[in-house]
Amino acid sequence: MNDFSSAFTAALSLLASGDADLAEIIALSLQVSLGAVFIATCIGMPLGAATALYKFPGRRTVVVILNALMGLPPVVVGLIVYLLLSRMGPFGVLGLLFTPTAMVFAQVILIVPIIAALSRQIVEDLWREYDEQLRSLGAGPLRCMATLLWDGRFSLLTAVLAGFGRASAEVGAVMIVGGNIDHVTRVMTTSIALEVSKGNLAMALGLGMVLIVLSLAINGSAFLLKESGLRKHA
Amino acid sequence: MKIIDATTLAALVLAVLFSTGPSKADEEKFITLASTTSTRDSGLFDFILPMFTQRTGTQVRVVAVGTGQAIRLARGGDADVLLVHHRKSEDAFVADGEGIRRYDVMYNDFVIVGPAADPAAIKGLHDAVSAMSKIATVKATFLSRGDDSGTNKKELSLWQMAGTNVTGASGTWYRETGSGMGATLNASAASGGYTLADRGTWLAFMNKVDLVIMVEGDPRILNPYGVIAVNPAKHPNVKVELAQQFIDWLVSKEGQDAIAAFRINGQQLFMPNAQ
Repeated sequence: MNDFSSAFTAALSLLASGDADLAEIIALSLQVSLGAVFIATCIGMPLGAATALYKFPGRRTVVVILNALMGLPPVVVGLIVYLLLSRMGPFGVLGLLFTPTAMVFAQVILIVPIIAALSRQIVEDLWREYDEQLRSLGAGPLRCMATLLWDGRFSLLTAVLAGFGRASAEVGAVMIVGGNIDHVTRVMTTSIALEVSKGNLAMALGLGMVLIVLSLAINGSAFLLKESGLRKHA
Repeated sequence: MKIIDATTLAALVLAVLFSTGPSKADEEKFITLASTTSTRDSGLFDFILPMFTQRTGTQVRVVAVGTGQAIRLARGGDADVLLVHHRKSEDAFVADGEGIRRYDVMYNDFVIVGPAADPAAIKGLHDAVSAMSKIATVKATFLSRGDDSGTNKKELSLWQMAGTNVTGASGTWYRETGSGMGATLNASAASGGYTLADRGTWLAFMNKVDLVIMVEGDPRILNPYGVIAVNPAKHPNVKVELAQQFIDWLVSKEGQDAIAAFRINGQQLFMPNAQ
């Protein structure tokens, strides 16, 4: 149990010292994961809502595929993005491998299905409730989609947070496409993996604690945001 | 309406993607170095690379993976320089025209480490091959990297010399972790097994538990490192001038002295040997 107490000390002293490297790593982690969540929300929410509201052939198949893709293995996504961005790959000329952009790209692929699938469920449930009302107002499908997304925004926040959770916690994809390069593509999860491989378990666990605190802070602020929003509309 | 939505979305996606793009990279001179976990995990790069950057203004971005994967990275044109430790693969890399020329840089050696209890009774042997035979005979747990790294290739050649077929034993006493040196040492420490480690990573490793060096000093377990610039004839995107600048520095007196000056607990980890 010595490891846990020294990890705790490591985490505290890391935070207290205001270590510049740690700040850089945290900043990059947030930049990559929040960037990915933002893009994935812009793609996933309309996609989920459209799947909920539009009737088209193969709709059920799309629903099942979206649900299944929530479990995409990060390493596989990392490998695919790696092959696409490698100099020998179709997008090699862009020179994006081992950059934060590549990491954002991989995480977007990972979390679009999560946000889309959860949004679809939320919008579909709302649709059942408001179906007649919206129809009687003569609202077209696009108008309905916008209304339902806006009405469901507090529930949809959970979908976004689920996406963020996945993005900030995964190591497989960012390790492969980012390369864990110091000061360039090193994020929290790859730092933890690195410290483990150095046998520096206390430091690894300390970084893990910092990551958990970070995630708590973000989820906490999202919760407060939602609470105050609900109160205003109550 | 739909079309406008799609284009705004695409513009938004592109804007955000490129805002996190390699803006830093455009301003700075840098090369990508594909290398091994042993050079990074031992702390060597953290020690010598800042000296190189200070001298030349060129940043070195290290992607540390196993030797096999590092060579594949370079073959894909995704690295400018290769610094690895498996002579045969290095020579093949140059022979295939993928690399320009191989330079000697430094060497250290491998050690066989194991639990203090030493079930195979190999402690103090100077013959690595007979030590491996003994481990196989008593079926003592042996942790292999199993990741096509330079260390893994070296270990397999020792088994071959010992006449042991480890492929058949995989999953029993012979266990392949499929991961880096540090992770494999963690597994050895946790399961009380033997493993072959490069001395650099071993010295820097902090989670030894009851692992100790069993066998060292056999000339067959020397571990030479070579550095090769990736050939721009095959990969036009390679920054060959900067790559050569890095190699020139590594084999210069200054670079060699830097390597020799890197110590952990007063012990020198890598012996420079540029010609």
